[in-house]
Amino acid sequence: MDKNMNILIVDDYKTMLRIIRNLLKQLDFDNVEEASDGSEALAKLRAGNFGLVISDWNMEPMTGLELLKEVRADQRLKNLPFIMITAESKTENVVAAKQAGVSNYIVKPFNAETLREKIEKVLVHA
Amino acid sequence: MHDGDTVEQAVRQVLTSINGDLSPKETLLLGELQGLAEEITRARQEMAALKVVDINTSHIPVATDELDAVVAHTARATDEILDACEGLERLAPALPAASATAIIGATTRIFEACSFQDITGQRIGKVVTALKSIEDRLRLVEERFGPFPSSATEPARTDVPEGRALANGPQLPATAASQADIDSLLASFD
Repeated sequence: MDKNMNILIVDDYKTMLRIIRNLLKQLDFDNVEEASDGSEALAKLRAGNFGLVISDWNMEPMTGLELLKEVRADQRLKNLPFIMITAESKTENVVAAKQAGVSNYIVKPFNAETLREKIEKVLVHA
Repeated sequence: MHDGDTVEQAVRQVLTSINGDLSPKETLLLGELQGLAEEITRARQEMAALKVVDINTSHIPVATDELDAVVAHTARATDEILDACEGLERLAPALPAASATAIIGATTRIFEACSFQDITGQRIGKVVTALKSIEDRLRLVEERFGPFPSSATEPARTDVPEGRALANGPQLPATAASQADIDSLLASFD
């Protein structure tokens, strides 16, 4: 697993971005960039070189699901590992995310161990 | 003039314009109209007693402001906690290995626990949205001072992105899926 890869974390709660960044740092991922909604994330993804996206679902104006669909529709980004971290835990949400091509799904509140496990799983299959 | 007054006036006009005896059918109809007028008048009095204006101009705005303040306060407190944790982490390299490990373990648990702020913020946001919806509906009552007009129904949602339409979380603990449930559901696709 390349711990030097660039990771984009997307959430409209600054505190949540900070928490995820700190947890990633403890997992030895130091190259972390942030975006506060799907639109900003998409612009950063198209302009940069990322190995993983970790995104919230419920954001304005572009949700995490719409971001995921845009990523999967983009020729250059379509294979990018994409983990959804969200409080949306209904079956219909998980199914919609899976159908849109999510790599894995973490329900909030979560712990560092779950984050590590999901990242490892996603990157092994990338 | 309100609906109840209009009906009462109509009944009176009908009664004064009638010459001779009423048929049983006419008597029944007028009786029902009179009852309807009384019902409308009573409903208007009950709605006035609710003090809709107070609810809309004071109670709901205060409640939403209070909830916004709760979110702001918890956000500030969480940031303070995170500042302190990051400060402890910076000390770790200078400590003996066992102590550094203990510090990192403790700060990890604090980081995890701090995600409460996101969850509570979203829950409070849902309550604020519900209160604002009540406020809008009460405003309609205030304008019409009568039964709910048909325009009080939710406008049809069109062109809503799927992500927005499905964004209803966080779920309450009793109905929320666990991470194990999510994993199992995802595995069912493989």
